[in-house]
Amino acid sequence: MMRVTAPHAAFALALLGLSTVPLWAGNSYYVDVASQILLFAVFALALNVLVGYGGLVSLGHAGLFAVSGYTAGLMLQAGFGHAAAIAGAVLATLLTSAVFAVLALRSTGIGFLMITLALGQIMWGIAYRWADLTNGDNGVSLSTRPAPFGISLSGASSFYYATLVVFLTALAAMAAFERSPFGASLRGTRDQARRMTALGYNVWLIRFLAFLFSGFWCSIAGLLYLYNRQFISPQVSALQASAEVLLMVISGGTATLLGPIAGAAIVVIMKYVVSAYVVRWNLVLGVIFVAIISFMPEGLVPGSVRIWGFARRRWRTLHPARKGGPGAPP
Amino acid sequence: MTLWLTLAVNSIAFGGLLFLLSAGFSLIFGLMRIPNLMHGSFFMLGAYFGVTLMLPAVGANFWVAALASAVAMAIIGGGVERLLLRRLAGQELAQVLLTLGLSFIVSDLCLMIWTGDPWQPLAPAEFRGVVRVGGMIFPLYRLAVVVIAVAVAAALWLMVDWTRLGAMIRAGVDDAPIARVVGIRVSRLFTLVFALGAALAAFAGVVGAPILSVYPGLDADMLPLALIVVILGGTGSLLGALVGSFLIGFLYNFGQAQFPDLAYVILFLPMLLVLVLRPQGLFGKGGP
Repeated sequence: MMRVTAPHAAFALALLGLSTVPLWAGNSYYVDVASQILLFAVFALALNVLVGYGGLVSLGHAGLFAVSGYTAGLMLQAGFGHAAAIAGAVLATLLTSAVFAVLALRSTGIGFLMITLALGQIMWGIAYRWADLTNGDNGVSLSTRPAPFGISLSGASSFYYATLVVFLTALAAMAAFERSPFGASLRGTRDQARRMTALGYNVWLIRFLAFLFSGFWCSIAGLLYLYNRQFISPQVSALQASAEVLLMVISGGTATLLGPIAGAAIVVIMKYVVSAYVVRWNLVLGVIFVAIISFMPEGLVPGSVRIWGFARRRWRTLHPARKGGPGAPP
Repeated sequence: MTLWLTLAVNSIAFGGLLFLLSAGFSLIFGLMRIPNLMHGSFFMLGAYFGVTLMLPAVGANFWVAALASAVAMAIIGGGVERLLLRRLAGQELAQVLLTLGLSFIVSDLCLMIWTGDPWQPLAPAEFRGVVRVGGMIFPLYRLAVVVIAVAVAAALWLMVDWTRLGAMIRAGVDDAPIARVVGIRVSRLFTLVFALGAALAAFAGVVGAPILSVYPGLDADMLPLALIVVILGGTGSLLGALVGSFLIGFLYNFGQAQFPDLAYVILFLPMLLVLVLRPQGLFGKGGP
């Protein structure tokens, strides 16, 4: 009985915790960090569609994220309303995703990774070097946040709740996707592409649609980022940003719903904690990256469980005489 | 006219540098089936080693510094392959991500040690002058870079096409499992080619330093160029790397001069064309 309800209870507890963050976080700074965790969780969930379920590792997703943020930012600067800017950003990102997908899906595996990396670098090149359009290194800043249904989002708490609603929608969409025939067929193309073709599935089309689905949630995450920071700069499209979100997916555990969320929380919190003490975030990012890939390729959560079990077994073989301890067998 | 000729000479010199960088990248990719994402770091770290050796306190000659830096980077590159990449043999994706993580570490360490200021050594004394041809002036050093690149290309070609080692590398690139079966120690080749690629990249970094200078972010600027060259030319093909390098050298310099805003985008257009029309690259055999 307990086994069935435990996940539900945990989910209800998590939901309760998430929906009361502004009450116990104490400080609007921490509420803002929580907003960022949620928005990067949406980004990581989007990338996980390709990395986890599709087996397609992209190093260009920061480019899609940036297209969304920049399109909305530039449209708002040009005098468009929020609704138009949001629609424009989603449309532009979907179009860019389609172009990315057509080019990158010429290949899979390492080839896919290289092509997405190059495409991401093109986006960076445009954001950084085409200063007439994007304002170059100075970035684009916004003066206002939108007010859906007349609710102002200018405060940290109200923005957090808006982000939470979007995050839960994304989570529900991902859960539906995971259970849908489409999700199953994408997993099929990851594990047995040839058999899927033999069964009559259009593997290319499935991957293409998955790329668009991923691109859509990237654009949502990019919009949340733009409105959260009210500023966007070429930094978000750099290779480091693509690597960061990939680290979120890998560190939490790919092809799961909770993995990317846990990964986003770990990376964002670490980034803030590390930045408070040392300036070497890239160094820390690199070290974690190397450590996780070398020692826990399956992700932090399953990896820690494995290493903990290994340590316990070693402890038992080294100390067989101890009886009645907490870890001893009955 | 003069502008165009100057640009052309600069393009050829830059192409030569790119060849030194991407020849090793291409061989590593061809043999180990992974793009080494820390190749730009080898280039930058090598350049920093070189300029440090040339400081008055150390006082090494330019060429001595370039060679010493290449040797040091060969040891580091070989070490990375032996100690880290080897642990993940067969897991190509993990290997690529490992090199990416290492590149972040290197770039931050370089920023810590050599600060954010650019370093630009003088060209070696014997090549500081200019050449006058029919009323036009060319900097001698850029011509020297072209000569060096051509000499290295010739040496690599001799090694790959005419020596026993080269035959083993070619066998490994074509079919690693069969090469193993006939008694070639492919894993030793991995270490060797990785060290050679790192050495070439470091040498290119020092030779390029008087032209490009050394600054934080140089690694991220050079890596995509090596990536494009190899996608263009085809993996594992030295001829492809040579042709791709000069093509990109020209595009980069003319793009910078004509459309500075879009220079970076123009650089990627031929790569996209090749991907659509000929995914294995101009001189490649298999797919990317």
